[in-house]
Amino acid sequence: MNTTAIDTAPPAPADHYCLTESPPRNGTLLGFWIYLMSDCFIFASLFACYAVLGTEYAGGPTGAEVLDLPGLAVNTALLLVSSVVFGFAMLEMARQRKGAMLGWLAVAGLLAVAFVSFEIHEFLVMIADGAGPGRSAFLSSFFTLVATHGLHVTLGILWLVVLMVQTVKFGLNTDNVRRLRCLSMFWHFLDLVWVGVFSYVYLVGVLR
Amino acid sequence: MSQLSSSGHAMPDNHDAMHEHQGSLRGYLTGFVLAAILTVIPFWLVMGHVIANKPLLILVILALAIVQIFVHIVYFLHLDTRSEAGWNMMAFIFTAVLVIIVLGASIWVMYNENVNMMPMSPQYQQHSIGHQPASNPPTR
Repeated sequence: MNTTAIDTAPPAPADHYCLTESPPRNGTLLGFWIYLMSDCFIFASLFACYAVLGTEYAGGPTGAEVLDLPGLAVNTALLLVSSVVFGFAMLEMARQRKGAMLGWLAVAGLLAVAFVSFEIHEFLVMIADGAGPGRSAFLSSFFTLVATHGLHVTLGILWLVVLMVQTVKFGLNTDNVRRLRCLSMFWHFLDLVWVGVFSYVYLVGVLR
Repeated sequence: MSQLSSSGHAMPDNHDAMHEHQGSLRGYLTGFVLAAILTVIPFWLVMGHVIANKPLLILVILALAIVQIFVHIVYFLHLDTRSEAGWNMMAFIFTAVLVIIVLGASIWVMYNENVNMMPMSPQYQQHSIGHQPASNPPTR
């Protein structure tokens, strides 16, 4: 009974849905949005971990001693610009300009590569200084949260490369447009999570 | 029945709405400028040692972060009440409520536990007393 009730939606929402949206094309985007929201929970639980464990230094280095704010400023700028540039690529996609879109996508991808490289460099410096993830609960929660974000960005870059090859090979067909719009949401979402990371993990971490 | 015929007519409008929904150059640039300002302020506050009152400074940083998250959601992710017939917004509000519960409750519970448990353990107390002056002498 319940399933039939869902299949044949009540008249008022169906009316709104048919008149203002086109369901088949948007199904994927809504589904992807729900995936992003569930990804939010992963980050929320890691943020909660850091919030609880962030001052447990176990006699090791504190946030003020190991966190590199100038490096963080560069990384934050890289990711923000990358996010906006991806938006430019989406505007070119809407105008069906494949070359310009691929150009912007390449810029966005390179900025993200620079971001991940800086982050890995920062991690290696910290580990070399004896502030690796095994040192204290503070550093364990720090590395888990920041590296999970970095891993997301890395996989986003991989996805971007795959979609650029697909677009070069098959053009801006319906499938590729849909996939690129999902990736665009993913890309902006990671920048949004980074706002939480730089504000709470770094800037507040330095003060605690 | 009349709904079906009108939905056919609505298709072209629908298409324009899709483009609007994808954002505009002005939208992205507005978002970028706002996000840049909201990023620079907390960095300046922390690196320039502008506010001496630590709890106040932390509150200001968190407030700016929340504002910036909304800027990103509106200008980059284009979330509004119309997209996907409101289901995007529903999923977002649901997530936001749960995230607030998870984060807020974790911090609240563990803070209380720390406050109430610390004097109970002399070992821990000794450790934290011994540790504090060494970790940040200039600020305290």
